[in-house]
Amino acid sequence: MDALYRDYILDHYKNPRNFGELDPHDREWLDHNPLCGDELGVHLVVDEDGTISDLRFHGQGCAISQASASIASEELIGRKIDEIGELSADWLIDLLGIEISPTRRKCALLSLKVMRGAATGDASWPE
Amino acid sequence: MIEAVDSYYRHSNANVHRGVYGLAQEATDLFEGARERIAAFAGGETDTTIFTRNATEAINLVAYAWGRSAVGPDDAVLITHMEHHSNIVPWQILCQERGARLRYLSVTEDGRLSLDELDAALSDGRVKLVAVAHVSNVLGTINPVAEIVARARAAGAATLVDGSQAVPQMPVDVGAIDADFYVWTGHKALGPTGIGVLHGRRALLESMPPFLGGGDMIASVGFESSTWNDLPWKFEAGTSPIAEAVGLGAAIDYLSAIGMDAVRAHERELTAYALDRLEEVEGVRAFGPVDPDGRGGVVSLELAGIHPHDLAEICDREHVCIRAGHHCAQPLMREMGVPATARASFHVYNTHDDVDRLIAALQTAREVFAL
Repeated sequence: MDALYRDYILDHYKNPRNFGELDPHDREWLDHNPLCGDELGVHLVVDEDGTISDLRFHGQGCAISQASASIASEELIGRKIDEIGELSADWLIDLLGIEISPTRRKCALLSLKVMRGAATGDASWPE
Repeated sequence: MIEAVDSYYRHSNANVHRGVYGLAQEATDLFEGARERIAAFAGGETDTTIFTRNATEAINLVAYAWGRSAVGPDDAVLITHMEHHSNIVPWQILCQERGARLRYLSVTEDGRLSLDELDAALSDGRVKLVAVAHVSNVLGTINPVAEIVARARAAGAATLVDGSQAVPQMPVDVGAIDADFYVWTGHKALGPTGIGVLHGRRALLESMPPFLGGGDMIASVGFESSTWNDLPWKFEAGTSPIAEAVGLGAAIDYLSAIGMDAVRAHERELTAYALDRLEEVEGVRAFGPVDPDGRGGVVSLELAGIHPHDLAEICDREHVCIRAGHHCAQPLMREMGVPATARASFHVYNTHDDVDRLIAALQTAREVFAL
């Protein structure tokens, strides 16, 4: 068993959940990983009470960034959009359940960065 | 190289071109001696060989000091889709500032440029500069730069060749190529970081204004204006990268002792071997010219089902260092239809055994990804 490329990580990479586009959508954001140029975008549908009722990531990237988006997507649907800005880097890395080296940190966090951008307009990297 | 830099700082450390004490003269002799040997190594002349911080700064020097007066509205700068960002962005900035157009030559399926397309692009007479890589840092393609320079000149265009990947791995004679500007960087030629080289045509260098103002580049300074120093120092404002020049001098001495024909033969052999062995790995696609005679010692590849980043991570665990990403060539990546590639590059210190390890690491990656 590989410590980084665990079965569930590879499963999310090869069969990403909630991938594609949503039309129409209420919020969107697109960003990239400066290290490799990979792009990741997100479309959100938000209910009147502020609940994220649907979400799709789209783009391309490495196994870590794609699995991160896929795993995060399952946790994000049903949350209030006001809560997204509070989610930390540790929240997502704990959720992934693998050791992320400093060189792969941005791969892992790109999905949360894009999600926060869509929710709050904050384009900074999650800390 | 390291010993030369160490020895300079320990035994000969002084600024150049100023002090009257013996140590300052010793430093100046080392610095200018390195320039002479570096110029000769690349087939250039000593006083038209200018030290910069890197190839990027050399290109920017040309873009600012030459481009601002030579390129105007309705003119065009012609580059190619296989350029490094360093040979794209300075021209984007220049063209935006001057209202000129930036045009691109395309890259064929097998990673080469078309001379017919070059002729067509030059035919309207608007192109003021053709800027092209001698060897592509992604595809490894060795471009026919002497031919490109001749055709550009016939059409009235100046030329800049980025030799950052050429000078370190093959015999290069900038005099024979005869470009108006030829740039390269020290760190790829086994030298230190922080030093690049610009070989320029004398008449152009003499007519160009300085790039950066400051000490060492002046003949005299008045309250209102100054006059400029002779070549090459007119373009070397401030304290120079002295240790770096001495280090690069030692690096090219080392390469000369091996012989650039032998370096090229070694690069060709390893590249041919790598291209051959890569065919054993299922799902691998190698980019660039198929014929190893037409390419330098670099192989960009993709492995179906594994992103280059993941490939590089797994190779690293097997102690094989490959680059993964866009290689500072995002336009080329878009042309090739890939977000990124993995790239193995070779030099004199690599062996067939290293290629074997690379192949084994790629096979390991396929196992990790259950392919």
